[in-house]
Amino acid sequence: MSLPLLGVEGGTSDVTKVTGSFSLKESPDGLSLGLKERNYLGLSSDSSSVDSSVVSGQLDPEAQANKFNTKATELRLGLPGSQSPERELDEKPLFPLLPSKDGIKNAVSGNKRGFSDAIDSFSDEKWMFHRPDEGKQLLGQGKFPNNAAINVMTASRHSGPQQPGKEVPSKPLLERSNGINLSGGANNAPAAKAQVIGWPPVRSFRKNTLAAASKGNDEVDGKPGPSPLFVKVIMDGAPYLRKVDLRNYYKYCELSVALEKMFSGFTLGQCGANGTSGREMMSESKLKDLLHGSDYVLTYEDKDGDWMLVGDVPWEMFIETCKKLKIMKSSDAIGLAILVKLAPKGCFHHIYGTRDGNLLFLPLPAFLFNPALRKPYCIDSIASHDILAC
Amino acid sequence: MAFPFPDEVLEHVFSFLHSDRDRNAVSLVCKSWYEIDRWSRRRVFVGNCYAVSPRAVLRRFPEVRSIEIKGKPHFADFDLVPEGWGGYFFPWTASMAVSYPWLEEIRLKRMVVTDACLELIAKSFKNFKVLVLSSCEGFSTDGLAAIAANCRNLRELDLRESEVEDSSGHWLSHFPDTYTSLESLNISCLLSEVSFSALERLVGRCPRLRSLRLNRGVPLDRIASLLRRTPQLVELGTGAYSADLTPDVFSSLSGAFSGLKELRSLSGFWDVVPAYLPAVYSVCSGITTLNLSYATIQSTDLIKLVCECHNLQKLWVLDYIEDSGLEAVAASCKELRELRVFPSGPFEAEPNVALTEQGLVSVSEGCPKLESVLYFCRRMSNAALCTIACNRPNFTRFRLCIIEPRKPDYLTLQPLDVGFGAIVKHCKGLRRLSLSGLLTDRVFELIGTHAKKLEMLSIAFAGESDLGLHHVLSGCESLRKLEIRDCPFGDKALIANAEKLETMRSLWMSSCSVSFGACRLLGQRMPRLNVEVIDESGERPETRPESCPVEKLYVYRSVAGPRLDMPDYVWSMENESSVPI
Repeated sequence: MSLPLLGVEGGTSDVTKVTGSFSLKESPDGLSLGLKERNYLGLSSDSSSVDSSVVSGQLDPEAQANKFNTKATELRLGLPGSQSPERELDEKPLFPLLPSKDGIKNAVSGNKRGFSDAIDSFSDEKWMFHRPDEGKQLLGQGKFPNNAAINVMTASRHSGPQQPGKEVPSKPLLERSNGINLSGGANNAPAAKAQVIGWPPVRSFRKNTLAAASKGNDEVDGKPGPSPLFVKVIMDGAPYLRKVDLRNYYKYCELSVALEKMFSGFTLGQCGANGTSGREMMSESKLKDLLHGSDYVLTYEDKDGDWMLVGDVPWEMFIETCKKLKIMKSSDAIGLAILVKLAPKGCFHHIYGTRDGNLLFLPLPAFLFNPALRKPYCIDSIASHDILAC
Repeated sequence: MAFPFPDEVLEHVFSFLHSDRDRNAVSLVCKSWYEIDRWSRRRVFVGNCYAVSPRAVLRRFPEVRSIEIKGKPHFADFDLVPEGWGGYFFPWTASMAVSYPWLEEIRLKRMVVTDACLELIAKSFKNFKVLVLSSCEGFSTDGLAAIAANCRNLRELDLRESEVEDSSGHWLSHFPDTYTSLESLNISCLLSEVSFSALERLVGRCPRLRSLRLNRGVPLDRIASLLRRTPQLVELGTGAYSADLTPDVFSSLSGAFSGLKELRSLSGFWDVVPAYLPAVYSVCSGITTLNLSYATIQSTDLIKLVCECHNLQKLWVLDYIEDSGLEAVAASCKELRELRVFPSGPFEAEPNVALTEQGLVSVSEGCPKLESVLYFCRRMSNAALCTIACNRPNFTRFRLCIIEPRKPDYLTLQPLDVGFGAIVKHCKGLRRLSLSGLLTDRVFELIGTHAKKLEMLSIAFAGESDLGLHHVLSGCESLRKLEIRDCPFGDKALIANAEKLETMRSLWMSSCSVSFGACRLLGQRMPRLNVEVIDESGERPETRPESCPVEKLYVYRSVAGPRLDMPDYVWSMENESSVPI
C-alpha cells in the first residue's frame, strides 16, 4: 500500500515499525498482542517503550483535556529552539509550543522555517494525538453508545499501569492488508482495529456526511469519528495533486515523511544540475536535503480559508482545521506573513526572521483566544509597537 | 440475390433495438447491415474509456447523439485508486466537439472533467440537452456557469456524487431569464450554497421540471415556497431537513407537500429533525423510492415514515432502522424491489445499533419482489444466508458487507462458504455479487459452478490459494468485471486464465500476491489486454525481484493499445519491455 497505515517509514523517531507481522503472545497481564506499544510522548518517567496492553486504560479524560488545553498552548516568547527564561520545567509539559531541551533538532534561529524544520523542531513526542474517544463516555441517546474504538496506534497516555479490568471484546485481530489470515481468534486479543484503506467500502461523500452529522448530534462536542480524513495535497509544479488521510498519522513528522515520499518525484525541476528526467525518482535523502535547505515549505488552508504554516498547533487541532495542504516554494510562502493580534495585554507570537529579512509571524492556537480576533492582519498594518520583541 | 429491403426500412427496424448488445449483434450479420447500423446508431456506451480511442468511436459511429462513458475502476470509490490515475474526459470532448456537433447527451461516471471540458461542451453542442456527471471530479462551479449560460436547450443537469470545487460565483444565476427547459436538476453533491432566489426563479419558470435534488445548504423553511411553484415534481431531494420547530413552518411544509400529487421519489433528509417528518406523510402512499441514507434518526421515527409508504419499491436507509425496523418494512412494503442498508458507524469497533442478519432475513421473507440488496452488518451466519437464499431465489444483485474482514459464521465459527454457496445455487439470475466474511476456496468453487449469469464479482479478504481465483475465472461464463483486494491470489490462476481476461471488461487486484514477473508475462502474451501495474513506492518495479508482488494490478481489454496518459506510478506491461510510454 502506498501510505503507511501504521508506523513510520524512514522516520527518525523511536516509533516502532508496526508491520503486518503481528505475533500473538502472552504478556504479564494476559491481554496483549505482540505489538509493542510505543510511548509517543516520550515524556513519561520511563521513556522506553512500555510493554503493556494496547487497550488504553481508564485514563482520566478530564485531566487529559485540561493538560491538553493549558499546556498545549502555553506560549513562550522566543524563536524556535530557544528557551525563554521563565519557563518552568519541573513538570514536562505535554504540548509546549517550543521544543523542550530534548527535542531540539533544528534550532535554527533567524532562518526561514523550512518544511522539515517546522516539523522536526517540534519533535515527535511533543504533539500527541489525543484520541478523544478513548475512555470518554458519549453523552446523548442510547443510539450513540460508548465508543470503545481502540486503535493499534494508541499512544500511551501516561506511565501508570493500564487497568486490566477493562472489558475487551475478544475478536480476531484485524491485520494489515497483506493477506495474513489471523482469523479464528481463539485468543483473548483485544479488538485492536487498524484502519484499512477503503474498508468498509463506504464512499467518501457518505463518510464525510456522516462524520459531519455525528459531530452535530453528539452532546460531546468536537468528537471526530474515527473515519478517514482525506485532504488534498498540492505541490507547486507537480502535475497532479495527491490525497492523504490525516488519520493515518499521529504527529507531524509522520506526515512529513509520507509527503516527502509521495512527492519525491516532483522536485526534479529543482535539481536541474543532475539532469534527471522521466522516471528517475529522487532519493528520499536527497529530497530531505532539498527540503531541509528550505526551498519548500508545507502550508495548509484552514477552515477560515487562511493559509498557515504547518507545525505550530497541536496535531489534533491541526487535523480538525486543515482543509488542504500545499507544498509551496519558500519564495512564495514568504508572502504568508501572518500576524494574529491578541488582546493588547501580553501578546505572544512566534516571530521568525526569513532569509530575505522579512518577519514571519505565526498564528496562535485557536482556543486560547477569542476567535473573533483571529483574523490575520497584513504585516503592513501593524504598528511597530505591537510587534513584541523576539 | 438482391436484398429485398431498402436500407431505410432496415434502419427503421433497427431503431426498435434498444440494447447495445442487440445492435452489436446486428452489425455482425453482413457488411450492409454493419453499415446501416453504423450510420443509424444514435447512442454509444463505452464501459471503459481506455478500451477504445475517441477517434475510433467517432469514425465508426458518425451520427451519435448520446454518449455514455465510464472511467476509473469501481474501487476508486473507496480510495484505492490514487489521484491522477486517469480517466480524463478532455480528449473525448475535444474530438466530439469537432465530429458530433449535434451531440445531445453526455453521461459520465468516475471521470475527470475539467472546467475546460464544460466550457467546450457549452460552446460546441448547440442542441445539448443532458449532462450527467456521476462520481466525477475536476471541475468547479465556473464550469457549471458556462453550461448554464450557454446551453439553451438543457433539460437535465445531474451532478450526482461528484466532487465540485466551489468557485464562489453564482453559477445558478447564469441561466438566462429566457431559459425554461429544465426538467431535471441534481445538485445534491454541492457543498457550497446556491443562491436561493436564483433557484426559486429558475424553478418557477421551468414548467416541465420533474426532478429536483437540492443540496444540504437549502434550508427547510424555504423549501415550501419552492414546492409550491413545482406541483408537477416527480422526484424531490430536500436539503437539510431541520429548522426550528414552529407550527407555521410545519403547516406550510405540510401544505406544500400535499400539493405534490405526482411525487414518487424522496431523498435528501440531511440533519433530520424527526418532528418534521410527518410533513411528508401526505405523499407517502405514492412514493416508490425513498432515500433516507443520510437521515441520522432513530428506528422509531424511521419506521413511522417508511411504513406509510406502502408502494415503496426502493429503500435506502441507515442501519439505524435496526432489525425491528426491517421487520416492519417486511410487513408494510410488499412492493419492495431494492434495499440498501448503510452503516452509521462503519469505523467503530463495537456495534452501535441493533442491526444483525435478522433484518435481512425478515425482509427476504416478507418482500416477494426483492431482487437487489446492499447490506452492511456486523454478523452473519450460514443458516441465515441459506434461509435468505431459499426465500428469495429472484435476487439479481446481492452485496453483503460484514464490517469486520474475515469474520466467520458467528454461531458456528465456520467460514461462510456454505451460505454464499446457497445464494449462488438458488439465485440463478444473480448478476452481481459482493462477498465478505471468512471465506475459503470452497466458496469460489461453488461460485464457479453455479453463478453462470454472474457479471460482476467483488472479493475482499477472502480465499486461501490460487485455486479460488481459478474457479472464478474458469467457471463464471458471464463474468465481465472482477475486483479483488487483499486475497492470497497469485500468478498461477491469472496466467492459466489469461484468455478469459479478454472476454471481460476489466480485472482489478490489489494487495494480492501477483508477482511483477507474472504481470509482465501477461502483458507480453496478451497484446489486446492492457496490463497496468500501480506502484507508488517510487522505484521502478524492475529494480525489484520479479517475484515481488505488485501493489495493484488493473487489467482490461482494449483495442486502443496502451494508454498515453499514465501517471508516473502506473507501469504498463507491454510486449517488448515494461518501460511505460
